[in-house]
Amino acid sequence: MQAFLDIFDIYLLEAVINGILLGGVLALLALGLNLIFGVIDVTWICYAELVMIGMYAMYFMVQYYGISYFIAAPLTILLVAVLGAALHYLVIAPLLTAPPINQLLATGGVLFVLQSFATVAFGIDFRNLGIRLPVLAFGDMNFSYARLLSFLAALVGMVAVYLFMTRTFTGTAIRAISQDRQIMALMGVDTNRIYLITSALGGALAGLAACLLVLQYDVHPFVGLSFGPITFLICVLGGLGNFVGGFIASFVFAEIISLGGLFSDLEWGYVLAFAFFIVMMFIRPAGLLARRR
Amino acid sequence: MMGQGRLAAWAVGLAALIALPFVYRDPYHLHILVLILIWSFAYTSWSMMGRFGLVSLGHGGFMGIGAYVTALLWNHLGLTPWIGIPLSMVAAGALALIVGYPCFRFRITGHYFVLVTLALSGIVLQVITATRDYTGGSLGYTPNRASGNKLLALQFDDKTTWYLIALGVWLAGIVVWHWVDHSMARYALEAISEDEDAAAAAGVDVTAEKLKITLLSALMTALAGAIYCQYQMFITPDTVSGIAVSLQMVFAAIVGGLFVSLGPTVGAVITILLAETLRIGFGTMAVGWDNLVYGVLLVLFIIFLPKGILGSLLDRLKPQRKVPRAHEQEAVQIARPGT
Repeated sequence: MQAFLDIFDIYLLEAVINGILLGGVLALLALGLNLIFGVIDVTWICYAELVMIGMYAMYFMVQYYGISYFIAAPLTILLVAVLGAALHYLVIAPLLTAPPINQLLATGGVLFVLQSFATVAFGIDFRNLGIRLPVLAFGDMNFSYARLLSFLAALVGMVAVYLFMTRTFTGTAIRAISQDRQIMALMGVDTNRIYLITSALGGALAGLAACLLVLQYDVHPFVGLSFGPITFLICVLGGLGNFVGGFIASFVFAEIISLGGLFSDLEWGYVLAFAFFIVMMFIRPAGLLARRR
Repeated sequence: MMGQGRLAAWAVGLAALIALPFVYRDPYHLHILVLILIWSFAYTSWSMMGRFGLVSLGHGGFMGIGAYVTALLWNHLGLTPWIGIPLSMVAAGALALIVGYPCFRFRITGHYFVLVTLALSGIVLQVITATRDYTGGSLGYTPNRASGNKLLALQFDDKTTWYLIALGVWLAGIVVWHWVDHSMARYALEAISEDEDAAAAAGVDVTAEKLKITLLSALMTALAGAIYCQYQMFITPDTVSGIAVSLQMVFAAIVGGLFVSLGPTVGAVITILLAETLRIGFGTMAVGWDNLVYGVLLVLFIIFLPKGILGSLLDRLKPQRKVPRAHEQEAVQIARPGT
């Protein structure tokens, strides 16, 4: 009995830590989405699909053309950043004055386009990088290096964005626009340029997430659906546009999924997370940190 | 109210639709028509909410509940769909109320409402997948073939019967649409979609009005799911529930036209014919192409033709009479025939 309890606790601890590691990547995704929402006031329903395209880019560069992972990664980030800017330029910009729901639905259309583009171009096979990183044994617990690496890279990415937002002129302009859209244009800031930069930045974060996720998961055209909805829920739970809230909510969600998956199937972890989200919406409709405002 | 000419046009069209399967018996074409009618009904159900700015991505969930609850009750308890379908509708309605009440009470609107409903369809999809011991998970589920009375089991091999059932359900959907269109609730909901505070100040019970339309929409969507399940005799979580199905509803309703009664039907005709043409034209090569075309069309429609095909066409035909309403995205009110 005692032995059983010991093992159980180890698993629990392992699940908790794995949850934290998962939370890092989710936080990265949530940051990108929050950035776009906070600044442009648009929800990119297709955000996870941008990540999927990035994962395919990594796959082809590393597996097909034999480019080293560390050279492919910046290229992928650049590619998805360009995609993000293109998405804004082609789809969102013509709709800036339309009702917000139209912008959301238009990105829903882009979701279809990206998903089926991947199906048509790459087929529905599951593909992976074929890089198998070793497993780190710590006591009786096992953690994959891939997850640890992703977590650290996600943290680095987030700190970089934080520094960009607080230490550069463009970053300051972005934050200012998220506070007041009309006034900034009067202050001589080109809002369209800032929107484009923000979209590219959001895309770049999706690209970084793609480089990290491709280490852990197989790529297929519908991979976006497995973490896309979760990302939206995290953003809403943290308060759309609220960076700190999104960061905290990522870890809350990751823990629920990880611990829920420990006691039952992984799907139940997701069900729990979704149910938790709906309950929280009623307790804190404006997000976890709403009271501070 | 309806003008004489318009009523006559509806009557002739309906008579032609009823007569069709007795004159034309090609099973493949009838199959396509049945699918179009069932999905039209589902899209119409969605548009009942969507036209008032209540964009829900949770309808995939309601449809999944309609389909799975009916099938599960039949297979595990032997309960006839005649009781199972109302029960599944009650289940979907209850879920709609449980999620809807707090949403409307706490003024969850816009992006937030879309994302909360997105969570709803996510939950339904994951629950169906997770309870794979009962529902067959992502591999799909088949209602047991009836050994005895076919009518009791609501299973027919005859395409004509199904065509008439689907036609009846679709017609009921259109009638409900017009009923809402002519009711006071419509004005209340239009006021709400433009300005909730102003509507509340004018004496509209915002929460109650929104709940009523949500409940109605959810009940109808669950019925659509149940009928689809009974007709196809095979359902998978991906074809009747989840975010993709929800987006498909939004897409078809917008392409056809949100603010006219036959808009969602036109949307269903276009999307299903497109998918079938691509499937036959390109065979297995077509996998993915239909959605690619859908997606591009959806984006183009939202940017250039937000009133949808039918809505824009009717707009062309009629002179403008009313001041555009904000929530109709510059759409002129064209949904009230004969006034």
